[in-house]
Amino acid sequence: MVFLAPATVIYSVFMVYPLLDSLRRSFFDDDGNFAGLDNYNTLFGNPTFADRFWDALGHNFQFFAFHMVLQNPIGLLLAVLLTVQSVRGLNIYRTIVFLPTTLSVVIVGFIWRLILSPIWGVTETVGIDTPLLGESRTVLPTLSLISVWQWVGIPMIFFYAVLIAIPKDLIEASRVDGAGSWQVFRDITFPLILPMLGIISILTYIGNFNAFDLIYQVKGVVAGPDFASDIMGTFFYRTFFGASGTTGSPAMGATVASVMFLIILAGVLLYMFGWQRRVTTYEL
Amino acid sequence: MDTATSAPAPPDRISPTKRRIHLGRWGVHAVLLAYSLLALGPTLLIIMNSLKSRSAIFDDAFSLPTSETFDLVGYDTVLNGSSFDVYFRNSFIVTVASVLLVVFFSAMAAFALAEYDFKGNTMLALYLAIGIMIPIRLGTVSILKLMVSLGLINTLWALILVYTAMGLPLGVFLMTQFMRQVPRELKSAARVDGANEYRVFGLVLPLVRPGMAAVAVFTMLPVWNDLWFPLILAPAEDTRTVTLGASAFLGQFERNWNALLAALTLAMVPIILLYVIFSRQFLRGLTEGAIK
Repeated sequence: MVFLAPATVIYSVFMVYPLLDSLRRSFFDDDGNFAGLDNYNTLFGNPTFADRFWDALGHNFQFFAFHMVLQNPIGLLLAVLLTVQSVRGLNIYRTIVFLPTTLSVVIVGFIWRLILSPIWGVTETVGIDTPLLGESRTVLPTLSLISVWQWVGIPMIFFYAVLIAIPKDLIEASRVDGAGSWQVFRDITFPLILPMLGIISILTYIGNFNAFDLIYQVKGVVAGPDFASDIMGTFFYRTFFGASGTTGSPAMGATVASVMFLIILAGVLLYMFGWQRRVTTYEL
Repeated sequence: MDTATSAPAPPDRISPTKRRIHLGRWGVHAVLLAYSLLALGPTLLIIMNSLKSRSAIFDDAFSLPTSETFDLVGYDTVLNGSSFDVYFRNSFIVTVASVLLVVFFSAMAAFALAEYDFKGNTMLALYLAIGIMIPIRLGTVSILKLMVSLGLINTLWALILVYTAMGLPLGVFLMTQFMRQVPRELKSAARVDGANEYRVFGLVLPLVRPGMAAVAVFTMLPVWNDLWFPLILAPAEDTRTVTLGASAFLGQFERNWNALLAALTLAMVPIILLYVIFSRQFLRGLTEGAIK
């Protein structure tokens, strides 16, 4: 099939093959000898790996929680406000709210690094006198908030797309029946956006494992202070390439990637079977 | 106006529901305005201070540059000490090439998937869709080995191929949804007139323009903003993308605040301008893709 060939070939060679080959490599050592589960034993049994792994995974879930609790509800709220009828200038707000999402993570990371830097002292003016990015207690929540600030446009635009597709007659009909704003939201809007809520949650979950860029930009691959901002992405990078004195190992890198693959797969399956099957999607 | 309590009820008094909506409108404005400030503030703070002298940056970060504090020293440093033009060119080539390849190849594959009933159609669609759920970064170890053996390290081709593979799953999925909406009669009519399949494809393409726009928008942002693959596959000075270039460049000026702020502004402003100019089309593309 001429039409299918280019897409299938490029996808297979540069995505599917590397993913499968990575899985295979996790069962071999760096010299290419079959090693069985040795790499996995090292990852979970050797404290220098295992401690970092569990730390990073825990941080990943905290990072995810911040996005679920803040980014997605704020995105929904903004989308609802942006679809209120008879308010002028909504397009301008929509453009502004989405703006940070178009900036590169490098820029966003640096903007906030400068703003939160105690040297500049901008944060002192608003009453914050701890170096938010410098203390292990505050660094991860701060980075999560920066990420929320940047990416809130995505759930906003996704919810927005669903909301503007809801026929106006449907809402007017229930208004005529005497339903208030809250009732309309609960009985009509909410069931209609529920499937999108699932899609956004799973996208947030997957995106979370790609959050390397921000941490690398703001804290470097060692994800300081004292690994307090280390997530799976930075851990994977360090394991593969090595950092500050330690040498990297492709085999161990592939092993970390394979474990991440399983964690993501678990989330996707949970979504497909635990959520998608139970939530009704209404055709409008 | 506080007429509710003080003034005697005029005959044409606004009904209570109407007033609630009216108050609600200001509430909507207040919340959106507050959030807009939060979204824009940090960016404006950087741009504003990039135009000020060093002492003014630190003395009063929140004031606008005045004739006394206006200073372009940061821009001098940046423009004389970097190859941002090369980085921009690289990013532009990589992004445009990847987006074009993704859009065109997805359209072709989607046309076949939506049009022909062949054995394994569903399986192939599913195979292509798996990639939506799995980050391509997990295959980095093997991608690096593959690129080394193909001799593509430190070439823009390495990035273009990886980004095309990365964008295709979602692209094919979205395009298939759009292709299905093209009326069947149109295609059969063309076939009756003796058009071959390539001709039919050519006829269908203009009809799925919104789909192609959506795919382009969805592919563009992650490619332009990616730091991971440029860092690993093309870190050489002359193949750096803006994202990687800015990252390395900003690192050099750790102590020079004028240069930092100027470099950030230079890296931001073109994107912001492009975005503001095309925001209507851009957001429409996202919106149309999102509900598929």
